[in-house]
Amino acid sequence: MAEVDPAVARLVEELVTARTASLSAEVARLSGEVEALRPRTVADRATIIVFSGDMDKLMSAFIIASGAVAMGLEASMYFTFWGLAAVKKTTLYSGKSIVEKMLSLMLPGGPDDVPSSNMNMLGMGPVMFKSVMKKHNVETLPDLVKVSQELGVRMIACQMSMGVMGIGRDELIDGLEFGGVATYLGDATDSKVTLYI
Amino acid sequence: MAVVELDCKGLNCPMPIVKISRAIKALQIGDRLHVLASDPSFKADVEAWAKRLGHTLVEFTETSGIQSATLEKKVG
Repeated sequence: MAEVDPAVARLVEELVTARTASLSAEVARLSGEVEALRPRTVADRATIIVFSGDMDKLMSAFIIASGAVAMGLEASMYFTFWGLAAVKKTTLYSGKSIVEKMLSLMLPGGPDDVPSSNMNMLGMGPVMFKSVMKKHNVETLPDLVKVSQELGVRMIACQMSMGVMGIGRDELIDGLEFGGVATYLGDATDSKVTLYI
Repeated sequence: MAVVELDCKGLNCPMPIVKISRAIKALQIGDRLHVLASDPSFKADVEAWAKRLGHTLVEFTETSGIQSATLEKKVG
């Protein structure tokens, strides 16, 4: 094998070292960028604000939430104002002010007691819908709440609207979290699907 | 390769895919789930479900209102 001129060998060595150093620097810079972007990627999650207290709208919300989990997404439901009726288990009166007691009397007692958004007809509508649903073996709203809970849908009750509606924590079903707008936005900004029902 | 039967006849949206998603968890990759259903939206739903989760809908047939789907688990 022919001898390589030491000067040429040194030059090659220097070039390789410089190239390697610049590539390492590039890799380090890109890994830093990937790490910085990671928290900003959208998670496989569906977030639903449940504002409505109507039977039909609540059914949609729970069908979407349970369907989302079945489709491999995480699901998060944020109950506010009239939507709180879906996660109510009982109505308590003790320790409430007169106004709160009046509100408790007028608000639905739970998911089995909510009006329909159309054709409510003083409560006759929901009775009719429920009988048709039973005939067709469609899950009722209380069933859908139960299924969603079993599937691990994250459920958050809005503390502020609970205060406005005079609803206490012990009137709501177990397994709920309590939070505010930041709790919702924390999930929503990191979701592929966000809905307001 | 195991074949597990799942009867979703009489169930409506969203229960068939909820039950399928539960049942598929218990299977090994390569196992199959044979589902019977009567929900009119079942075909569209099971196709979308399999596509999204990366499983294969091996066969789909329908006779007199009863739909039969065979799914193969592809991912863990």
